[in-house]
Amino acid sequence: MEKRVTFKGIWLPLLLVAPQIVITAVFFFYPAGQAVWQSLFIPDPFGLSMQYVGLDNFRFLFDDPFYRASFVTTAVFSILVTAVSMGVALYLAVLADRLIKGSGTYRTLLIWPYAVAPAVAGVLWLFMFNTRVGVVTWYLGLLGYDWNHVLNDGEAMGLVVVASAWGRISYNFLFFLAGLQAIPRSVIEAAAIDGARFWTRFRTIVFPLLSPTTFFLLVVNIVYAFFETFGVIHTITSGGPQQATTILVYKVYSDGFVGQDLGSSAAQSVVLLVLVSILTIIQFRYIERRVHY
Amino acid sequence: MATVTLDNVRKAFGKTQVIHGVDLDIADGEFIVIVGPSGCGKSTLLRMVAGLESVTEGEIRIDGARVNEAEPMDRDIAMVFQNYALYPHMSVFDNMAYGLKIAGTPKDEIARRVATAAGMLQLEPYLKRRPRELSGGQRQRVAMGRAIVRKPAVFLFDEPLSNLDAKLRVQMRLEIKTLQRELGVTSLYVTHDQVEAMTLADRMVVMNAGRADQIGRPLDVYSNPKTEFVAGFIGSPPTNFLDAARLGRRAKGARLGIRPEHVRIVPEAETDLGGTVAYAEPLGAETLIHLRTLDGQAITVRQDGAHPIPEEGATCGIAWEPRDEMHFAESGQRV
Ligand SMILES: Nc1ncnc2c1ncn2[C@@H]1O[C@H](COP(=O)(O)OP(=O)(O)OP(=O)(O)O)[C@@H](O)[C@H]1O
Ligand SMILES: [Mg+2]
Repeated sequence: MEKRVTFKGIWLPLLLVAPQIVITAVFFFYPAGQAVWQSLFIPDPFGLSMQYVGLDNFRFLFDDPFYRASFVTTAVFSILVTAVSMGVALYLAVLADRLIKGSGTYRTLLIWPYAVAPAVAGVLWLFMFNTRVGVVTWYLGLLGYDWNHVLNDGEAMGLVVVASAWGRISYNFLFFLAGLQAIPRSVIEAAAIDGARFWTRFRTIVFPLLSPTTFFLLVVNIVYAFFETFGVIHTITSGGPQQATTILVYKVYSDGFVGQDLGSSAAQSVVLLVLVSILTIIQFRYIERRVHY
Repeated sequence: MATVTLDNVRKAFGKTQVIHGVDLDIADGEFIVIVGPSGCGKSTLLRMVAGLESVTEGEIRIDGARVNEAEPMDRDIAMVFQNYALYPHMSVFDNMAYGLKIAGTPKDEIARRVATAAGMLQLEPYLKRRPRELSGGQRQRVAMGRAIVRKPAVFLFDEPLSNLDAKLRVQMRLEIKTLQRELGVTSLYVTHDQVEAMTLADRMVVMNAGRADQIGRPLDVYSNPKTEFVAGFIGSPPTNFLDAARLGRRAKGARLGIRPEHVRIVPEAETDLGGTVAYAEPLGAETLIHLRTLDGQAITVRQDGAHPIPEEGATCGIAWEPRDEMHFAESGQRV
């Protein structure tokens, strides 16, 4: 049963939601509108006048091989971040779920990384993997491996993926653990009696019953990888080497603020806007319906 | 089909002893009911047989082979849980077929066995449904079906009927008994309901705080309880207990137990024991009369519904045959 509060007038409810609406309007609708508007113009080099170009910015954008490469980079990056952060979180959650004693400490420790801001996390990982003074780099050197993410594309991608995924593990862990604990013990026991060993039980009972959680996290993590990893990338690689770690969000920034190509940057923002809308729609449409039982 | 043996089985959770040494020999095909009040360790005992709880001390043998260390799947048992524990994301068919699929049973064999079980349990119309689309009684049947398709050596039941309403409970009780007779599978059934225990059991185990107070055929246990606890727990309304010292006669042991149906209301002149009627419950076929003796002890009398019912507040005499008396020592043991 859902309890609904009903208001007599219209003013009080309006007043109560006003702060949220104002914030959304100022920080989302206004800039989004600006982006859409600007994406149709090219400003002159001094920013004094704008010339209407229709959809030329978009045409130009999709003809640009660097932009298309950035799409691929983003896809690779998001898939890796999502897979790593969800995979590790699920593994830890399964372990924590089996543990009864000391699970409180274990859980608290696992939740800490979530409190670390992305940029700070980025700096942290950067220090560890710094090509000259990084601890991990030094140990890798002892093992005969020459780590250099400043020059090596794959290593740069690996580092930003790990740094981005690391901060997400806590969040995913909490949801997975809650999901696991919501599965009745007796169902697992019934499966054990029916002959299913750990892995079979996980595959046929636990994972399907966890699928609403998994789906929710999938969408949330993709959105995170797309939009909220800016800080990590900015601090660790600044999109390099070359453009190996320039994901779409980072390209908006580097083309717009560094490259001063405002028309293209605005068009890219609009593309991102469309992407995030699609993801959000998927999330809302399916999150309640695709419950597995 | 198998025998099950419990040999001085004990269980402790940390430092708390929960089962204090239970011995039980279950014959092949026997229906054993474990009955006792809440918290006495019935479920714990059953779960040890299932392999869901470790055995702290003692030995459990199925068909003569020690199973203490065996995993649940290696014990050839099936269990019906109180909350049914159906797989919520699978259809009724898949719920029943799950164990067979894991065992690698051929598809047509699975289909045949599930169909047979569904026929026995009248589940044919529901095979495609999910558990949440079934009533409590239907879910109960699916849980039963899941147990029987695997043709296990032993059935374990943990209060399988306690979530059903009274009428359905009586009906399912009968069905379980019939099914067990038909299949002849050794069964261990846990309940806190003594009527269920009396009606289902070949032999019943009355548990009291982690001990098996008495093991025996229901009517033997009823007519010849070994402890005060058993006398009080089995039978409804429960046995009357009177302070032997205050009765002041033939004092053997500390307390005297007498079943309500053995107490008669007689004219005051014919007896040395009397009381006042607190209230009477006419149930039709029988009447329960609750009395209070002169020194304040409560006694319930169960008499035929055709007998006259004394007025509330009236005084009357009560009597019983000496051979119906049960004497218990201070420790609760029968003397
Ligand atoms: N995992 C556990 N850890 C600690 N104590 C437990 C555990 N499981 C059960 N107990 C204790 O063991 C005792 C017996 O529990 P059990 O569940 O066997 O009772 P029961 O006879 O089945 O009761 P009910 O009729 O209420 O189901 C109880 O006192 C309970 O508190
Ligand atoms: Mg129980």
